[in-house]
Amino acid sequence: MNAVTLSRRDFLAAGAVLGGLVIAFFVPGARRFALAQPAPAPLPPPNAFLRIGTDDTMTVLLARSEMGQGVWTTLPMLIAEELDADWTRIRVEHAPAAPAYAHTAFGVQMTGGSTSTWSEFDRYRQAGALARALLIAAAAERFGVAASDCGTKDGAVICGNDRARYGELAAAAAKLAPPATITLKNPKDWKIIGKATRRLDTPEKVTGRAQFGIDVHFDGLLSAVVARPPVFGGKVLSFDAAAARAVPGVRDVVQVPTGVAVVADHFWAAKLGRDALAVTWDAGPNAGLDSGRLREEFRDLAMSPGAVAARAGDAAAALASSAKVLTAEYAVPYLAHAAMEPLNCAVRIAPGKCEIWTGTQFQGVDQQVAAAITGLKPEQVEIHTLFLGGGFGRRATPTSDFVSEAVQVAKAAGKPVKTVWTREDDTRGGYYRPAYLHRLRVGLDAGGMPAAWAHTIVGQSIAVGTPFESMMIRDGVDALSVEGVADSPYLKEVAHHLVDLHSPRTGVPVLWWRSVGHSHTAFAMESMIDELAAAARRDPVQYRRTLLAQHPRHLGVLELAAERAGWGSKLPEGRARGIAVHESFGSWVAQVAEVSVENGRIRVHRVVCAIDCGIAVNPDGVAAQVESAVAYALSAALAGRIDFRDGRPQQSNFHDYPVLRLDEMPRVEVHIVPSTERPGGVGEPGVPPVAPAVANAVFALTGRRLRELPLQI
Amino acid sequence: MKLEVNGTAMAVDAPGDMPLLWVLRDFLHLTGTKYGCGIAQCGACTVHLDGEPVRSCVTPLAMAAGRKVTTIEGLSAAGDHPVQQAWTELDVVQCGYCQSGQIMSAAALLAAKARPTDADIDAALSGNLCRCGTYQRVRAAVHRAAELAAKAGDA
Repeated sequence: MNAVTLSRRDFLAAGAVLGGLVIAFFVPGARRFALAQPAPAPLPPPNAFLRIGTDDTMTVLLARSEMGQGVWTTLPMLIAEELDADWTRIRVEHAPAAPAYAHTAFGVQMTGGSTSTWSEFDRYRQAGALARALLIAAAAERFGVAASDCGTKDGAVICGNDRARYGELAAAAAKLAPPATITLKNPKDWKIIGKATRRLDTPEKVTGRAQFGIDVHFDGLLSAVVARPPVFGGKVLSFDAAAARAVPGVRDVVQVPTGVAVVADHFWAAKLGRDALAVTWDAGPNAGLDSGRLREEFRDLAMSPGAVAARAGDAAAALASSAKVLTAEYAVPYLAHAAMEPLNCAVRIAPGKCEIWTGTQFQGVDQQVAAAITGLKPEQVEIHTLFLGGGFGRRATPTSDFVSEAVQVAKAAGKPVKTVWTREDDTRGGYYRPAYLHRLRVGLDAGGMPAAWAHTIVGQSIAVGTPFESMMIRDGVDALSVEGVADSPYLKEVAHHLVDLHSPRTGVPVLWWRSVGHSHTAFAMESMIDELAAAARRDPVQYRRTLLAQHPRHLGVLELAAERAGWGSKLPEGRARGIAVHESFGSWVAQVAEVSVENGRIRVHRVVCAIDCGIAVNPDGVAAQVESAVAYALSAALAGRIDFRDGRPQQSNFHDYPVLRLDEMPRVEVHIVPSTERPGGVGEPGVPPVAPAVANAVFALTGRRLRELPLQI
Repeated sequence: MKLEVNGTAMAVDAPGDMPLLWVLRDFLHLTGTKYGCGIAQCGACTVHLDGEPVRSCVTPLAMAAGRKVTTIEGLSAAGDHPVQQAWTELDVVQCGYCQSGQIMSAAALLAAKARPTDADIDAALSGNLCRCGTYQRVRAAVHRAAELAAKAGDA
């Protein structure tokens, strides 16, 4: 039983919104992961998480954004569980931007880091439990019985033969004083949590009714397409708008800090106008950027000591005395997120008010940024969050880049404007997963086990220069650059190890990309472990089993994936398996990939996944996220790369930035480890093991060790 | 320019070389059809032109003149086309952005071939990109939709 004490100031059961009950409160103390956190914020003002209408509708307000990961269903499940709600009466809305919806661990309203379920696991259940207590109290008064004699089921309070629907009780419940304590259900009594539940957003999404940011329309809303510098850091020297203005439908051409915006009646006119625009650019300081040269610079840097991220014993001395030393360099390129919905944002500025319609992962930051541009107070900036046509991190920029620009365009045009990025704009727009290089030297003892490990990582910091710098960077080490290496369970078994980091600046805007640092660290670590196993002539699963003996959750998924994949059993000629296991975002995932090489191309036929994410609130949602992660990671493992020449990103659209297609999708099997542990993350942890599992399978098949992404045979 | 959209005759005052996609989205406010790439690489803009699947982002309005256009909004009156039912049953969607295009491609495939094979599905749907990676469920749902359509046909 989980009794939670609530003080009076912790919540407000405010009156008659929609004539019903509004549940609103703040519960401090969400579980936090290892990342450094800011000091706890003062209690935010109360706000609503649940509205019960007199018509029996239960409207859940989402503090997190729905971007495919399923919070539209998962968070309502938490409320409905404690409320004993009638699931068919649940409605969902994105919450407005307000301090009450700040992330319980990060302190700002945002969606990311695979945190939505675990960080709201208490708050949304408690909202449901509180509402239930108030509804019972109202019913007890009506029936003239004690509250303890009342029970709840399917959206009604029941006492003997008396029964009252929540909608009937909502108005009365709203007038009651909230209880001093609420008690959450014992997990053994859960009826909804842990049960595969269909998504609540499907009806809108299969009929075209779902509204994404790009779909926003109202009278007077114009469309804009922006000409941005061809090189990051470039500036407008001059422009000639005559040809752009001559395009039918073009209303205005305005300069904004990021470039020149063509504003028109509709997207197509704005796009033709932008094409016709003649802009002279000052390419700026990054015009010489070149991927090949950058790789050489990274390689040189990797030869010198960097900021220390983890150290034990004396790695250099231990390497010198090792029976055998393996040296390897792993590299990954810049990557675009390439969400299906290109970036966009609609803005209407009026006296004392700025309204924003967009799909964003970062309402809290967007609000601040828009306020600064318009000279308004943050609370005068109203954010309408629409469905996100994919996020993957790109819609969470610390600079609010696409929102900030759209506000600038609307301000300069003096009219409501929806700024829409073309696919080419989106692909070339930066905020990439940074390129990284890892240099490893691992010394093996006589038994073939690692005894010394020196690991230098080179790549841009995502956090530097952002408001997250103080949280993420300690002693010159960006935690996001070394996560998955510095905290690796393998290194705990290596008495002498050193992990150091170089964070060069390149002028390329970089950002978190689904699984952040783990997207490259797992590739380096899990490939290297495979190299060590091969050097020791040991089976890769058995070798990992030895090293992970003290890490039961790693072992659990390793064994489960290996067993379900039939590890060790015979495969048809021309196929081989590879395995990888990695912890990220509070969950553990192991994957076995089955590959072949056909016509010089790697083909992945099957990926068997085991995930330990603690309590799986919606098991089918977990499976869907792991399937999704495999596809997303395979795109990067097999094809994804952004290259620079003369400072210009070379890729532009899906023809030269290919992503996985249906005919390349492997069979993905997801096995969830039964658990009573608190939930971990789910959206990202399926990504990191994919590339190394595939690379390890290619090694098993061909004897060739591929140390660079995308994998090329 | 005259065309029939979802069973309704429409007159649109737009240039003939404007892509049908933007006529649908910005003139008729049928926003279920999505913009993803503009160069027929992703399939998010798939609609039916006289029953055939086309990428509306590279289909000039003039090409649709006098013809029947069906968008996701017009696929079924109640959102219960067998493909939509199957998509719901198997919880296919994630972010949902590409799904109008996936569903329109799948519906066109089933109209042409009642019992498609995996190879048919590959051929018909590999042009519809999904960054959420719903492909495995898309494939299963196309097979399921074929069953549902067959049952409805028997009834």
